[in-house]
Amino acid sequence: MSTSPSRRDFLKASAALGGGFALEFSFPLASWAADGASAAEVNAWIVIHPDDRVVIRIARSEMGQGTYTALAQLVAEELDCDWAMVSAEFASPNEHVRRQRVWGSMSTGGSMGVRSSQDYVRRAGASARQMLIEAAALRWQVPASECRAANGVVLHEPTDRTLRYGQLASDAARLSPPAEVKLRDARDWKIAGRSLARLDIPDKVLGKPVFGVDVMLPGMLHASIAQCPVFGGTITRIDASAAEAMRGVSKVVREESFVAVVADSWWRANEALKKVVIEWDTGSHGDASNETITAMLRAGLADPDLPQARTLGNTGAALANAAQVIEAEYQSPYLNHATMEPQTCTAWFRPDGFLEVWTSTQNGEASMAAAAAAAGLPLEQVEVHKMMLGGGFGRRGGPQDFVTQGVTIARALPGVPVKLMWSREEDMQHGFYRPASIVTMKAGLDAQGKLVALHTRIACPSILKVLMPGALKGGIDFTAVRAFNDMPYVVANQQVDYALRNGHVPVGFWRAPGQQNSFYRESFVDELAAAAGQDPLAYRLALLKPDDKNRLVLEAVAKAAAWGAPLPQGVYRGLAIADGFGSFTAMVAEVSVGAQGQLRVQRIVVAIDSGYVVNPDNCRAQAESNVVYGLGSILYQANNVKDGRIVESNFHNFRIPRLHEMPKVETVLVPSGGFWGGHGEPAILPLAAAVCNAISAATGKRIRSLPLARHDLRAG
Amino acid sequence: MLQLTVNGRAVAIDVEPEMPLLWALRDHLKLSGTKYGCGISVCGSCTVLIDGEPVRSCVLPVSDAVGRNVVTIEGLARDGMHRVQKAWIEHQVPQCGYCQTGMMMAAVALLAKHPQPTDVQIDAAMTNLCRCGTYARVRTAIHALAKQPVGKTAGHA
Repeated sequence: MSTSPSRRDFLKASAALGGGFALEFSFPLASWAADGASAAEVNAWIVIHPDDRVVIRIARSEMGQGTYTALAQLVAEELDCDWAMVSAEFASPNEHVRRQRVWGSMSTGGSMGVRSSQDYVRRAGASARQMLIEAAALRWQVPASECRAANGVVLHEPTDRTLRYGQLASDAARLSPPAEVKLRDARDWKIAGRSLARLDIPDKVLGKPVFGVDVMLPGMLHASIAQCPVFGGTITRIDASAAEAMRGVSKVVREESFVAVVADSWWRANEALKKVVIEWDTGSHGDASNETITAMLRAGLADPDLPQARTLGNTGAALANAAQVIEAEYQSPYLNHATMEPQTCTAWFRPDGFLEVWTSTQNGEASMAAAAAAAGLPLEQVEVHKMMLGGGFGRRGGPQDFVTQGVTIARALPGVPVKLMWSREEDMQHGFYRPASIVTMKAGLDAQGKLVALHTRIACPSILKVLMPGALKGGIDFTAVRAFNDMPYVVANQQVDYALRNGHVPVGFWRAPGQQNSFYRESFVDELAAAAGQDPLAYRLALLKPDDKNRLVLEAVAKAAAWGAPLPQGVYRGLAIADGFGSFTAMVAEVSVGAQGQLRVQRIVVAIDSGYVVNPDNCRAQAESNVVYGLGSILYQANNVKDGRIVESNFHNFRIPRLHEMPKVETVLVPSGGFWGGHGEPAILPLAAAVCNAISAATGKRIRSLPLARHDLRAG
Repeated sequence: MLQLTVNGRAVAIDVEPEMPLLWALRDHLKLSGTKYGCGISVCGSCTVLIDGEPVRSCVLPVSDAVGRNVVTIEGLARDGMHRVQKAWIEHQVPQCGYCQTGMMMAAVALLAKHPQPTDVQIDAAMTNLCRCGTYARVRTAIHALAKQPVGKTAGHA
């Protein structure tokens, strides 16, 4: 199948041409002649130009995690092309639907971008390579078995002939794909497995318009939005007369739960929005507060009839017979994602009835579905242009609220492209928050101090109930019970009870959903080691099976951090492990606590076994990323609820760590092969426990709730 | 009409004098490299150079930029890339990249003032917020730049 360069190529090219002023996308599309009409789509993933440029289509989104480059590396590895000739582009959600979902999943979350598409993208590369070889063999009239491909060239060694991929691509595109292909052993990788420079970085350092908020279209207007400050509330009455008279304002759009002002610049829209008088009906949640939410969770913990997420042995009897019983309660607050780029969506109802949408999304297909639903159009009449995300962390995947709103607003101005961008205040107060939770753990130790029984009760709002209710199983949300229902420690008696209690605050997938459970469990294990009078490392090793991969990373991190060796004066260590998102992770944190209680996280050593590593430098970058993202939640962040609304409104009261707080991060990659794990989230899992275990070593204080800003770490 | 000098070019725009420079740049001059992050001068995503000084353009009335030399990421290099941009690629600094244009503008200003900055000077100057965790690489890239001889291709900065 032959194809001309895609519309997206053209958009990118025309955007790049501007180089400064008047960077506008150009419409309509005239012809492809200038870009070589004979570029060939060898298969859905691979387009090869006559000049040997290879364009690899990427179905997942890029939010900084590096999947855009890593997936291209995997395709290029099996294609065996010249990496210097490779560029990437996002696959079109509209084409995806029209071509029977040829690109697999577009969902980008759960650290699955690479691990859950590696097989089919590598097969696409290998299949295309085989088709190029066959095309060369046909051209030369020789058996394909006498030909081989390497670095973008097919060779026929018996006659010393070569043909470049660019010379073969249109022939190859007409062939049938091979019935089966053999994938390379990772030991033979030449392009995958290397720290190649990321494909998306040059445009980003040049400040090119790659993000959702950067979309510029001829005649485009800007929208700012105000949603009911109390979740679930609606509008009773508005007076927009003052706003409508303001300079540049085109329209005030009133919907059931929001008001948007559309103007010729975002600032004018936002200034006018401040002048709209809005009366809200806050519904039945106007009295909700931290206290009511805590009471709701506590009532869940007190429920005698909770469903069990795990039952092993007889936990009640084992606790009754234990030599020592230790109990503790831990808790965490709601947390906003606070992506640096606020939620955004540009929508344009074209005169021909087609809807085009540009947005920063973790799931292009879900964005298209949301847009089609809001527009009342069939999917085939909607296109979503996937832009680079200014951060995602789970905010822009399941919830597509910003797309629904953007399309709804643009529908009021048919023919006019409208770019909706949320203010930071809207973004902070209308998130899908990391659930607040309370967990109690009751452990039984035998006479030697070994953990023999663990009863965990978890009260936590369900993310699945909000975003994927069909995925709830028997009243259990796996994201709320992980780290306990799949605990690697060998403990004969385990019971995990889950109280699904959702208040009115929307909850969502926040980087490594369920990560708060790793904080609880791994902090509590240190409490148990202390009660047993044992070293935290030895205590954990004794609870792990001999062949458990958790043991391998634990040993690797202990070695890298020289666990047990003397530290500089005033520096203390903490340890934690976590398996999740396909990988095994162990971490040592080194901290100091000053006389005034000021915490300094000095150094983080993290060992990760993800089976395979596609781009080592990017995996290290993700570990650094998880550390900083997690550190903010450990040190400062909480979203409090008062009068039914989120109290925090901007970065002045939802504090993000700054450069001077960044610890030294040393990442030890120990890929053991045989499985594919992720990197976008694993390193955040053990962080809070490692840091708080180190604080305990430093101060004797056991931290059972976060953030640390609520605690006094001074001695005494 | 307000007369501005942006990236070495004289431009006239018809906007309210109190409009923050950020929005004059983004929506009226179509220079989208400068980013909105908070609107209250906390995050630094909107950092531009005005007469060589780093300024958070989300709170600066555009009228205050009249008669001064404004440089945005798009004007950092006359041709190709500024050495800070090259270092950002060399050290693979950006992740999502959203805050990085502001981060680089702050780094350009820091290096102009302190060609060999100490860690303390880096800590004090680089207060831009990054959610992805690029801080360690920002520091590494700045230290690497400090070791380079400074050429005469530093653009308008």
